[in-house]
Amino acid sequence: MEAATQQTTETTNVARAIDIESISRGQKLNLADETIALEVKDFNLFYGDKQALHGVNMTIPKNRVTAFIGPSGCGKSTLLRCFNRMNDLVDSVRMEGDLKLYGDELNAPSVNVADLRRQVGMVFQKPNPFPKSIYENVAYGLRLQGVNDRATLDKVVEKSLKGAALWDEVKDRLHESAMGMSGGQQQRLVIARAIAIEPEVLLLDEPASALDPLSTLKIEELIHELKDRYTIVIVTHNMQQAARVSDYTAFMYMGKLIEFGATDELFTNPKEKQTEDYITGRYG
Amino acid sequence: MKAWFRSGQPWVWMNAGAVSISLVMVIGLLFLIAVRGLSHFWPADVRQMTYAEPGQDPVVMVGEQVDHEIITATRFQLTGVTLPDGMEEAGRTLLKTGNRDFYGLDFRWINDIWVENITYPEDIIALERREWGHFYGRLINVKQKDQVVAEGEAAWDEFLTRLDRSNDIGAEIKSIEKYDVGQINHDLEELRLDERRLQLDGIAKDSTAGQLAYQEIEAGRKLADEEYAKLRVVLDEMYIELARDSITVELADGQQAEIALSKIVQGFKPNAMGVGDKFAHYFHEMWKFVSGEPREANTEGGIFPAIFGTVTMVLIMSILVTPFGVVAAVYLKEYAKQGPVIRLIRIAVNNLAGVPSIVYGVFGLGFFVYFVGGSIDEVLFQARLPAPTFGSPGLMWASLTLAILTVPVVIVATEEGLSRIPRAIREGSLALGATKAETLWRTVLPMAAPAMMTGLILAVARAAGEVAPLMMVGVVKLAPALPIDTIAPYLHLDRQFMHLGFHIYDVGFQSPNVEAARPLVYATAFLLVMIIVMLNLTAIAIRNRLREKYKASEG
Repeated sequence: MEAATQQTTETTNVARAIDIESISRGQKLNLADETIALEVKDFNLFYGDKQALHGVNMTIPKNRVTAFIGPSGCGKSTLLRCFNRMNDLVDSVRMEGDLKLYGDELNAPSVNVADLRRQVGMVFQKPNPFPKSIYENVAYGLRLQGVNDRATLDKVVEKSLKGAALWDEVKDRLHESAMGMSGGQQQRLVIARAIAIEPEVLLLDEPASALDPLSTLKIEELIHELKDRYTIVIVTHNMQQAARVSDYTAFMYMGKLIEFGATDELFTNPKEKQTEDYITGRYG
Repeated sequence: MKAWFRSGQPWVWMNAGAVSISLVMVIGLLFLIAVRGLSHFWPADVRQMTYAEPGQDPVVMVGEQVDHEIITATRFQLTGVTLPDGMEEAGRTLLKTGNRDFYGLDFRWINDIWVENITYPEDIIALERREWGHFYGRLINVKQKDQVVAEGEAAWDEFLTRLDRSNDIGAEIKSIEKYDVGQINHDLEELRLDERRLQLDGIAKDSTAGQLAYQEIEAGRKLADEEYAKLRVVLDEMYIELARDSITVELADGQQAEIALSKIVQGFKPNAMGVGDKFAHYFHEMWKFVSGEPREANTEGGIFPAIFGTVTMVLIMSILVTPFGVVAAVYLKEYAKQGPVIRLIRIAVNNLAGVPSIVYGVFGLGFFVYFVGGSIDEVLFQARLPAPTFGSPGLMWASLTLAILTVPVVIVATEEGLSRIPRAIREGSLALGATKAETLWRTVLPMAAPAMMTGLILAVARAAGEVAPLMMVGVVKLAPALPIDTIAPYLHLDRQFMHLGFHIYDVGFQSPNVEAARPLVYATAFLLVMIIVMLNLTAIAIRNRLREKYKASEG
């Protein structure tokens, strides 16, 4: 109920928020100048007989924040989950087209999925810490790689928690269960867990949608800090958030990529009618 | 009225009623077996009376009241007794008179109308004997090698001192026979097997290789024989010492008899005991029941081997069933491609839980004992053939049979647990570069551990109460040795063992002495229930700890 009210207020404030954000960002971005991290070419995806993505073409620049926006069911999460092959878990999925990370095909048979996922980390909508201690949560990825040296683990855990702006809050209770943390802390813990294994790309699937406004703010600040080191792709329902945190934005609708461009451009001067309708709250 | 129906109140009442009825039945059952079983150990007063059956000389009887009932004149008629005119009903008493060796019977129904002069003389003694059940009567004197050493008042204290001595010697003899002689017998058996192995390998006595080996065996035999001869001398002396003392006793009807002290477990004067003494005796008796070995076709003594057998069997069953059930559940739930075949397997697994347990017994006997056990014997224990080692019913096969009996429960519970692990947790682990196996091992299985424990709890509850299949695959009325002892390899999976459930059946239905056995049936049943409760509580405690540890996110 609370969330719904919040949503409406945010939608009415979109225009104003966009103005403020675009001024504060101050620099003009151009896709042609960027290094390409991920490349999507003529990409189709089917769930059984149902086509979920239609001929998507997109390049995601390195060390930038790219946001996917669009109404529910438009395929933005599906596309995101293709980048670390989370869709492999779904039985009936079928894909066509190219999906490249630094020029290498992701779906190639030679790719080791576990290695790929180490390069492309992911944070989910609902905080999903493991029922272990805070320390063990962060150390999980390293332990998987066979790192069991206490000193190394200590160092990485501290660095990751600092990186996720969580260190000061939890440094005295590292060995307590992660299940006792607040939702916002849990989500930052999950981010710390993801950056502990030093991925190239960080996929965020509506990372703040289950959180209160204050925690949301903290996550957004964190995204700002992380983009220097990681290529970040974020899916969000919240256009204000997309405008605040992202450098580039993709608007998707009904499984198609409608428009993709620098965030400032897309929000202030959308080329497509559908994009304009969506960001001004006419539908979606 | 209609409104009352619509309010749902009648349903609440009905459900609450059903719950109460179940509760009352369970508590009533436990109460009944507890009261009947536990009262057996109480040292009741022993009464002396004159019993005058019409047309016979009055006799003096001594005994303990076990049961009392009031029955009608008509029923008396059926037992051949006519009540005096005007009496509608009268009481009769079940008297434990003991002294089976003198009277042939140790329990007797007596009719209250013919009883006179009930007294509770303090000088009546009760003796618990190794044979023939209890003795009730009076102590006349104590003898050492047919010489009277104490008489009258002093006799009782002398008797108690000398009884302690004889019990100590008896225990020592038993210990020597069990451990020292047992070890020698075990060594001799090993030597025999060594020899047999040599013969099987075709090594002749006069070959160069054989000469030495056979000589060694002979030397070993000689050593063992010497050891035994030494022990024999010691034992013979001890037996003479044991037979030194005896007592003369007088029965209620005046006849005298002599009882060797070696035949007596303990003696007490029930009528002279205060409440404190009686309580001490009560708990001592209970302890003896729990910790002692059975005597006299299981109608006397303790049931420790049965408790030990039951617990060992259940533990081994748990160790076997948990990994097996968990692995099967993980495959069904996580790896197998869900489809009609898996659905069929799942239905089959669920139905396995409904197969009558005796069928598993037959299967266990045919497959495990004869086929698997027989094959093991042929390969590993060839020297012992034709005497079977694993090819006969034993602890291992009983545990395995119960494991397959209970494995469906563990599979179903584990599958249930696996399907309750949130998808988000699995994805979280996979997204960090874990393979499916790593995710299972590090995250999913620990989180499903409480569910596995639930399955194990149900399995234990079922296995501990199961008797029918065990009769075919390893349980016996009286096992000569416990399945765990001091002779390597310490845990003897090939041995037959005793089991509380079978013990109840055996004592209750196969015993020659029904009245003596009845309270033991209740006491054993009570103990079996207690053990199952205890095993379950342990498992539940472990589960709750695991649950606390792996509490998953709920919001």
